[in-house]
Amino acid sequence: MSEPLLKVDGLIKRFGGLVATNNLSLDVVEGELHALIGPNGAGKTTFISQIAGELHQDSGSIHFDGNEISQWKTPVRVQRGLARSFQITQLLPDYTALDNVALAVQVRRGHSYQFFTDARKKTDLRDEGRQHLERAGLGSRANIVVSELSHGEQKQLELAIALATKPRMLLLDEPMAGLGTAECARMIDLLKVLKTEVTILLVEHDMDAVFALADRISVLVNGERIATGSADDIRANEAVRVAYLGEGDA
Amino acid sequence: MLKVDEKYVGQVDMPSSRNWWPVIGTVVFVLCAAAFPAFAKAIGDPSLIGLAIRISIYAIAAASLNLILGYGGMISFGHAAYFGIGGYVVGILYHHFVEGSPFLGFIPGTNQFLITIPAAIIISGLFALVLGALSLRTSGVPFIMITLAFAQMLFFLFLSLKAYGGDDGLIVRRRNVLFDLNMADDTTFFYLTIGLAILYFIAFARLVRSPFGLVLGGIRQNERRMAAIGVSTYQYKLTAFVIAGMGAGLAGALMANYSKFVSPDMLHWTKSGDLMIMIIIGGTGTLLGPALGAVVLIGLETFLTSWTEHWKFILGPILIVIVLFSSGGLTSLFQGWSRKRE
Repeated sequence: MSEPLLKVDGLIKRFGGLVATNNLSLDVVEGELHALIGPNGAGKTTFISQIAGELHQDSGSIHFDGNEISQWKTPVRVQRGLARSFQITQLLPDYTALDNVALAVQVRRGHSYQFFTDARKKTDLRDEGRQHLERAGLGSRANIVVSELSHGEQKQLELAIALATKPRMLLLDEPMAGLGTAECARMIDLLKVLKTEVTILLVEHDMDAVFALADRISVLVNGERIATGSADDIRANEAVRVAYLGEGDA
Repeated sequence: MLKVDEKYVGQVDMPSSRNWWPVIGTVVFVLCAAAFPAFAKAIGDPSLIGLAIRISIYAIAAASLNLILGYGGMISFGHAAYFGIGGYVVGILYHHFVEGSPFLGFIPGTNQFLITIPAAIIISGLFALVLGALSLRTSGVPFIMITLAFAQMLFFLFLSLKAYGGDDGLIVRRRNVLFDLNMADDTTFFYLTIGLAILYFIAFARLVRSPFGLVLGGIRQNERRMAAIGVSTYQYKLTAFVIAGMGAGLAGALMANYSKFVSPDMLHWTKSGDLMIMIIIGGTGTLLGPALGAVVLIGLETFLTSWTEHWKFILGPILIVIVLFSSGGLTSLFQGWSRKRE
């Protein structure tokens, strides 16, 4: 078996008396879509934030592409190909959708210490930005200011921005949360295509989406991983049913 | 959904015809500025020229603060420090030029405009680099407080520097020399100042639309997002802080030349407050807001002090009315003058 792209070992994160991540180990293999599920408060977002570098673990290690990245700051991790989307959208509300994406392209290409050229007239950046928007289904909304986009469109934009960083691995934190049924179906379609191109760690509450998309599923309860396996394994797993799916005999 | 919608392929951002209004506006402004001294003399009030010089200088200073405050979202309450340092560079170099003694034992004094102005810009930038590097480790209210504290430290430093006049300040007996221009003549100095101010604002307009400017505006809107696309925000904020300090240094050096005097008052926190008031009056994060704010504040100050020494008693309510009834500053009343939040 090849070395996993992301390898988390013995991760622990405490907030005072609360153990949010409890000795968590997890491998994500290159090319797979690995879903992370768990009840509210299981510590899924806390876990993602530690991989993305916004929170620092108390102990344990995170290896990405063979490198121990715990000491790397978020921007460095992004530059090395580890991008995330946010559960609660983090966008630039005064800029247009295209500005948001083109800015990510600009940063990736290292054009950001130019002081006197008009950034919005750099057609190569704008064109690439437009492609990412079109992939995320926002092609027609490129010139709309973000604060005027609907919630669903903002979720799509989150994804377009993450794609614009050309990641090797995407950390998606509940991309479906708050979407309507139709938007949800479109997001699933998009993720089905994306999973063939980039390794994905998906945190999601929508079970239909998870079972439709995931190659492997890990279940998190109270900061601990209680199971990992294929969709069928997880459906059949007694501990998971008790703890999470709510179908246990107890 | 992944099919490319034909309608949007080849769509361009910019309308095909170029927007000429900024160019027309600049040309009209240059013509008005060129005619202004003659106009002031014609109506028998040449002191208006001095007023216009001070407005131009404060417009540069306020705009420089607006880069970090309005565009970058960093509320620095110590910007007068760099204004004062720019002034003192001119004052100290002139002092040593007259005395014939070198500064720090090896830097000869000078009265050459082409040396003192770049020196003022560079020294202010270096101070901004050091103080910004420390201040930007904080954000929010601590950032406001630490920038204020550093500025007040410099204020008290110059207050106690007896070699350079202490609280009496330094007199620059003659304005710096530039070619064969008669710098003592206010009309000449007006053209020089307004010319530099126009160049400054043109450069500023380009800067805020540049890739760097877009990153800076992004940091104001959502620093977390910028980190998540790979931006080391600290470096960009520090770069902006230094550029802002350099702009204030330029303004301070011009002010030292204009008033032929520098004193610790240039660094006092109330001066930082004045710059912030100009920005708020004109509109934060707008290109021309600080210039408009400078016109209003300096204009009101001059106009009201001729009435009463208690002029701030009248200024206060006027400011409150402006802030209450023009959300986003005076520029928001002139739609199209300046696009808000580039």
